[in-house]
Amino acid sequence: MLGYILRRILAVIPVMAIVAVFVFLLLRLTPGDPAAIIAGDAATPAQLERIRTSLGLSDPLHVQFFTWAKLLFQGDLGTSLISSTPVTQMIGQRIWPTINIALMTIVLSVLLAVPMGVLAAWRHRTWVDYVVMGFSVLGFSIPVFVIGYLFILAFSIELRWLPVQGYVAPSQDFGKFLARAILPCLTLATIYVALIARMTRASMLEVLGEDYIRTARAKGVKETVVLFHHALRNAAVPIMTIIGTGFALLIGGVVVTESVFNIPGIGRLTVDAILARDYPVIQGMILLTSAIYVFINLLVDLSYTFFDPRIRY
Amino acid sequence: MLRLQERLHHARGQLRGTAFALLAGAALMTGAGTATPAMAEGKTITAVMHSGLRVLDPIITTAHITRNHGYMIYDVLIAVDENFKPQPQMADWTVSDDGLTYTFTLRDGLKFHDGAPVTAADAVASLKRWGKRDSGGQLIFDVTDSLEAGDDKTIVWKLKSPFGPLLDIVGKQSAVPPFIMPERVANTPAEEAITGYTGSGPFVFVQDEFQPGVSVTYKKFADYVPRNEPASWMAGGKKAMVDEVKWVTMPDAQTSINALLSGEIDYLEQVQIDLLPLLESSEDVSVETRDALGYQTMGRLNFKHPPFDNKKIRQAALMALSQEDVLGTLIGNPDYYKVCGAIFGCGTPLGDETGADTLISGGDTEGAKKLLEEAGYDNTPIVLMQPTDVISLAPQPVVAAQALRNAGFNVDMQAMDWQTLVTRRASQAKPAEGGWNVFFTNWMVPEISSPLISAMLNGRGDDAWFGWPKDDKIEELRAAFVAADTPEKQKEVASEIQKHTMDEVLYIPLGQYLMPQARSNKLTNMIPSPVPVFWNIEKAD
Repeated sequence: MLGYILRRILAVIPVMAIVAVFVFLLLRLTPGDPAAIIAGDAATPAQLERIRTSLGLSDPLHVQFFTWAKLLFQGDLGTSLISSTPVTQMIGQRIWPTINIALMTIVLSVLLAVPMGVLAAWRHRTWVDYVVMGFSVLGFSIPVFVIGYLFILAFSIELRWLPVQGYVAPSQDFGKFLARAILPCLTLATIYVALIARMTRASMLEVLGEDYIRTARAKGVKETVVLFHHALRNAAVPIMTIIGTGFALLIGGVVVTESVFNIPGIGRLTVDAILARDYPVIQGMILLTSAIYVFINLLVDLSYTFFDPRIRY
Repeated sequence: MLRLQERLHHARGQLRGTAFALLAGAALMTGAGTATPAMAEGKTITAVMHSGLRVLDPIITTAHITRNHGYMIYDVLIAVDENFKPQPQMADWTVSDDGLTYTFTLRDGLKFHDGAPVTAADAVASLKRWGKRDSGGQLIFDVTDSLEAGDDKTIVWKLKSPFGPLLDIVGKQSAVPPFIMPERVANTPAEEAITGYTGSGPFVFVQDEFQPGVSVTYKKFADYVPRNEPASWMAGGKKAMVDEVKWVTMPDAQTSINALLSGEIDYLEQVQIDLLPLLESSEDVSVETRDALGYQTMGRLNFKHPPFDNKKIRQAALMALSQEDVLGTLIGNPDYYKVCGAIFGCGTPLGDETGADTLISGGDTEGAKKLLEEAGYDNTPIVLMQPTDVISLAPQPVVAAQALRNAGFNVDMQAMDWQTLVTRRASQAKPAEGGWNVFFTNWMVPEISSPLISAMLNGRGDDAWFGWPKDDKIEELRAAFVAADTPEKQKEVASEIQKHTMDEVLYIPLGQYLMPQARSNKLTNMIPSPVPVFWNIEKAD
């Protein structure tokens, strides 16, 4: 197992190297000029060229790449071309809101979706199943910003129970953090509950038809134990996969939700950087997102061994 | 069975524990402690500005948000008031009889935020750096003999030849005002962004709380000594009446309106016109226009390549367009726009609409067709760039493209994001090979209110603004404007420039529009101003 983990971690290095080269080249081939954003609309072509030179953007591509790669090896993601702020500092400021919202969302989603999926499978083709699946289809179909606006209208504007927007770090004021995080988490959870509930139901249906379930029932095991101990554990592998992917997607940035609820997360950071062609920030964000995906996939793979002892690495 | 139940119970407990651990983890993993401002408390004004602050150097960029930031933390030597007249701010001045020597004297009590006194050496270094970036400043430095500190309080500016509008340019409020910085900061090369943010203005920049593009905090500068005169635009007494001002970026317009309605923010610098009804029914919020001049929207043709290297074809394009059609699509509500053929803007001292008859009267498609025929237009496609991601720039190309097609132009409208457009407009390649023929943008009216600061009126060919007109006549007229020593003479020259600009179609003014603001009724004493300034504003509890 330890060897497997080490191999997987080592495998990250070539993956990241390929991502780094690919992202660097892709960005340089995309039309856009950070100097134009810095200089503003009234700058003359000569002024733009001077700023471009001072930023190192007039250097040959390979020089720019090696300058960046050298910094990268030293753990430095560079400095934003637009705000002159270190990229690591910018990411550090923006990643915690995203992680906190993602964690709360995924916990909420799992707590709601898994029982719903189990229930739907258990009461297959009854009204319970149809209600759960109906909700699932709705959760998939309604755009996330519509759900967000509806929640804001109901809970913030009409009932005045919760703030419309903003983010407060839990360490600063946990109550305010919760008050501001509830609506975005509920909004995002709508999709993930739908996704996980559907997957749980499908996986459970498959398992509930197995011989060992029939045997357990024949032995008089309580239905809840059959469902949650025997069936759910065996159905857990695909569910964990979907939870892992969902969590990675949440961390990767949920820019619409971040915009609607004004959360300063990394989704908005990435989009703003792309619109401004802030190359070091985009490169840093893509590298970080790739690393998160690799890491979460590793965790998901390791979790398989817990749920299904037959799996060994 | 009991064992199974125990295990199930244990598993449930584990699940609960995991959930709580994750929630607690979420609570603890907040090392950075970042936050977007939430509720406005006490004497803090929380404002949503038109854009996020990212560039902190108000000299290197012409971005309005950075200029606004500049006015928060820096001060200026002189400033224009609401009558476009330069007034003393940090300094008084005298001008020698021959108009060649300007002497500025700093007033008492000026301090930087680090406690150091503001000296003439700081002002000289700041003016020199500004002169390398600002188009008006460059013109002054072209005729500057010397700019030196006479003593700690005196700045002596000697010219080789008289420069009539010097005070207007040094006192201008947009796009790049000459903010005074400490000498050590102002010595930064003009093409590199500054890294120190010490000003002497009424508010102090709180660097620790700055999140680029998200939020910025300013604290009242207790040692600032405001002038005694009442505030008028950028001039007069700048009294900070609140302890703190926070600018928050909200990318979603609906969210910012909801936040204002629920009292989470106090001020919304710009409100989308179509969302106004949401605010107008609220008793707690006032909607008003703080900047009575507003913006000019305009089109620019590329003089480098066919067909717009032909004057008649440029005139045909101008004739085909109707300001009413453009503004009606862009703004919609006639209360917030007006047709205006003045290249210097309507409502400004130099505003004059000569030569813009067709633009302001709905266009002349038939006239444009005739001109095209006379010019021998060969159906060369014109590449018209449309930025789809900027709400205030996306409609103009669509309306213009149809008007040009109606007149007989072969239009190739290409959709792109603004970043692609600003890169592409810098290309002098042929339109079919990555270049362009037409693009549109908007300016604040004070930015186009003088021939010396309007980017479009530079006729120096490759050194001119994008579109690169080589026009000796406009350069002569600008020189005549510099030499004009009275407002009357300046007005005469400006009128000539208006005629010439419309005749040569140096650019196509497409009308003026206003951007309403919204504020909580807790805020009072907000002065009218093209720059959203935060001095003098009081906030009720």
